[in-house]
Amino acid sequence: MAHSAPPRSATKRTARRRLLAVLLGGVLLATTACSAGGQGPQQASGSGSPGSGELNVFAAASLNGVLTDLAAEFEDDHPGVTVRLNFAGSSDLATQILSGAPADVFASANPENMDKVTAPGLAAGDPVTFATNELQIVVPDGNPHGITSLADLADQRIKTVICAPQVPCGAATQKVSQEAGVEIPAVSEESSVTDVLGKVVSGEADAGLVYVTDVKNAQGQVEGIDFAEAGAAVNDYPIARLAESTNPDAAEAFVALVTGPDGRKALADYGFGTP
Amino acid sequence: MDTTTAAPDTVTTVPDATTAVRAPVPYWIYPLAAAGAIFVLLPLAGMAARVNWQEFPQLVTSEASLAALGLSLRTATASTALCIVLGIPMALVLARSSFPGQQVLRSLVLLPLVLPPVVGGLALLYTFGRRGLLGGTFEAFGLEIAFSTTAVVLAQTFVALPFLVLSLEGALRTAGTRYEAAAATLGAGPSRVLRTVTLPLVLPGLVSGAVLSFARCLGEFGATLTFAGSLQGVTRTLPLEIYLQRETDADAAVALSLVLVVVAVVVVTLVHRRSGLPLAAGIR
Amino acid sequence: MSLELTARLPSRGFEADFGVADGETVAVLGPNGAGKSTLLGLISGLLRPGWGRGQLDGTVLFSAGQQQPDRWVPAHARGIGLMAQEPLLFPHLSVLANVAYGPRSRGASRAEADKTARHWLAELDASELAGRRPARLSGGQAQRVAVARALAAEPSLLLLDEPMSALDITAAPALRRLLRRVLEGRSAVLVTHEPLDALLLADRVVVMEGGRIVEQGPVREVFARPRSSFAAGMTGLNLVTGTATDTGLVDSDGVHWSGEAEAGLRPGDPAAAAFRPASVALFTDLPAGSPRNAVAATVTDLVPHGGLVSVRAGWLAAEVTPAAVSDLSLAPGERVHFVVKAAEVAIYRR
Repeated sequence: MAHSAPPRSATKRTARRRLLAVLLGGVLLATTACSAGGQGPQQASGSGSPGSGELNVFAAASLNGVLTDLAAEFEDDHPGVTVRLNFAGSSDLATQILSGAPADVFASANPENMDKVTAPGLAAGDPVTFATNELQIVVPDGNPHGITSLADLADQRIKTVICAPQVPCGAATQKVSQEAGVEIPAVSEESSVTDVLGKVVSGEADAGLVYVTDVKNAQGQVEGIDFAEAGAAVNDYPIARLAESTNPDAAEAFVALVTGPDGRKALADYGFGTP
Repeated sequence: MDTTTAAPDTVTTVPDATTAVRAPVPYWIYPLAAAGAIFVLLPLAGMAARVNWQEFPQLVTSEASLAALGLSLRTATASTALCIVLGIPMALVLARSSFPGQQVLRSLVLLPLVLPPVVGGLALLYTFGRRGLLGGTFEAFGLEIAFSTTAVVLAQTFVALPFLVLSLEGALRTAGTRYEAAAATLGAGPSRVLRTVTLPLVLPGLVSGAVLSFARCLGEFGATLTFAGSLQGVTRTLPLEIYLQRETDADAAVALSLVLVVVAVVVVTLVHRRSGLPLAAGIR
Repeated sequence: MSLELTARLPSRGFEADFGVADGETVAVLGPNGAGKSTLLGLISGLLRPGWGRGQLDGTVLFSAGQQQPDRWVPAHARGIGLMAQEPLLFPHLSVLANVAYGPRSRGASRAEADKTARHWLAELDASELAGRRPARLSGGQAQRVAVARALAAEPSLLLLDEPMSALDITAAPALRRLLRRVLEGRSAVLVTHEPLDALLLADRVVVMEGGRIVEQGPVREVFARPRSSFAAGMTGLNLVTGTATDTGLVDSDGVHWSGEAEAGLRPGDPAAAAFRPASVALFTDLPAGSPRNAVAATVTDLVPHGGLVSVRAGWLAAEVTPAAVSDLSLAPGERVHFVVKAAEVAIYRR
């Protein structure tokens, strides 16, 4: 149990309440458990050491690989802490946090969605940019159409798939094509990077614009081609501890790991740039 | 006890001669039925409550919204036509002939009903996609399916076809073969029997199947997203537009969702009205 | 048009040789499940036998398990009309369109087909129904339209499957009269439960039982001397032939039978009188002054029949209660009067 030694009867009552809370479901569990203990969040996490409890990390889907690795490392370093990773689109995660989902750490794929959380004061302190990501042209393995630059994508015969301007990767795509002065006659404007990548992997599309990290994830099936204008749309990944965290010390330690040397190394392995 | 005084209430009074006695429904069924109804209606109400009514007209008449709505209606109509063309023969074969493996075939035909649409999209991709089973063949004929409206129609037809087959097969079985036999003994060949007797007799079933298919086509999302892509006016149907709008403009997404709900309600109501066609009463 | 057919359908326990001569109407009688409908199905082409051969005027309809390769002419190409128990008028078509369906199927233009349809509707006294939908017809009207529809297709052979069974007793006589008119000189097969139908409409009777033909012959012969138990139980109908008079008919023995004469029957016409054994009363002493038909006869047989006793005296039969048998001390050799009211005797042209 997370609680250190409350009076016997209280333990019983707490146990019963906790059982009820479990029955009522996950979200209720989190809130009921902390109020049933009658203790503040600081006390719940022990005496300042990030040594126990659960840590809920809400992270952009593109961080899946790297954060899974880092979470395992974190658990090894902090026995007793269980890291729960919740990967989804950054805007979905921001919406969830705003609706009161129990998150300790939020790692967003762009500053805009982080702003949604910091604006109402839900973040503890200022977010830190811990990674960057850039667009890369993705083509099927072997690059059958011999694409070397963004300008090549202006060719009608090349079926290019990009992100829709409404989503972050699409906004980035608009930026780089403006920078290059290239109009890309895309055959499809997808609502997620995954869908763009999927179309290239399946061979439906001849080329796509996705992030370096996505290309890295699909290594062997596709090839990434760097282009000069990619720097025009460098995507910053901010991370922040949340004010409502029930495990602030562990959260702090986790943010430190991600932004520290181990984190940077892992991020680089996955293709991220580091600031 | 209460039970003795309550007993007379449970006795069904004998109605007058013209009213049929219905089998009584246990009382405890009603609250559960009400709960079910609320479960379905409440989310719709919840969504309607989120609609930004001031901006509703602008939201649903934006260029992108109209393009999506128009594309949805056009593709759903084309897909429904395709469902009719392919579904009638399938339903006829399933209902009117027997051959080994028929049961298996029926289950397979109905598979898209239970498959997650994404799986359907992948299946289509690996069949009609550029690198799919038939992709090369189509390309040889100069037909490009990838990222075309044709792909949307294929995806919709794939998921909607079982609705038509299912409802038409049921209608065919209910109608039986007696009228068809009568037509044959009057000298009508199989094609004439199909055109002049079978199809008119199962018309209510065909119409309701077609309307259901149309509704399913309108709502198709997963297979389209996976197989056809998303480009305004070409492949971005209303559900895809809603999904995309949701990223930036929640108000627009909700407004468009409401449009889709209204279209669906109209369609479903149409089916229920249609199922009471006088013609249906003529077929015993 | 003449039909010859021999077929076996083991799944239905059916095995029969059957034929219809040119212009002949054959009545098929038999209990439920006797194979009557199977026979019609085989002739019309709605059933396909595992073994057999059918031929209509020299044209093979089907041939299976014979020396030559199997052949099969589908129902629509046989030119054989079938009128089922229910009229089965197409509910989505008007009466006129229903009747015009056959001619249209044979390639007639709409105008020609409508003309043919109107002709047959008139023949069946149903012209005024032309514009109606089948749902708005009474049972008798629908059956008349169904007959018109079957005939409008100009079948070389017409099959009728208990056409009267779905009708109430008031509508049946009218349809029977119509059928009598249209079946005259036509090759037809009539499946029926009703001996009177066989008597009035058919030239020959075939009795089926258990998928086989157990008895056949000219109607009156079978009725007068039934050999199968079914024919005996079912027909038993009393039948007198003779010459029509103003009020009935005179038989060959000079006995006058009063009865209800068929419309259009004129004195001097060859006629038949029929009445049910159940409507015959028995008396040892003839009641005086009664306006009834009475014949004295010697009892030849007493046969239990259902809860009743069938009392036979030669060709005459009466059905009475066991109590009456003991009251009258009936036994073979006793002489009794067979009495039947004029209203119970139907008199028809032969």
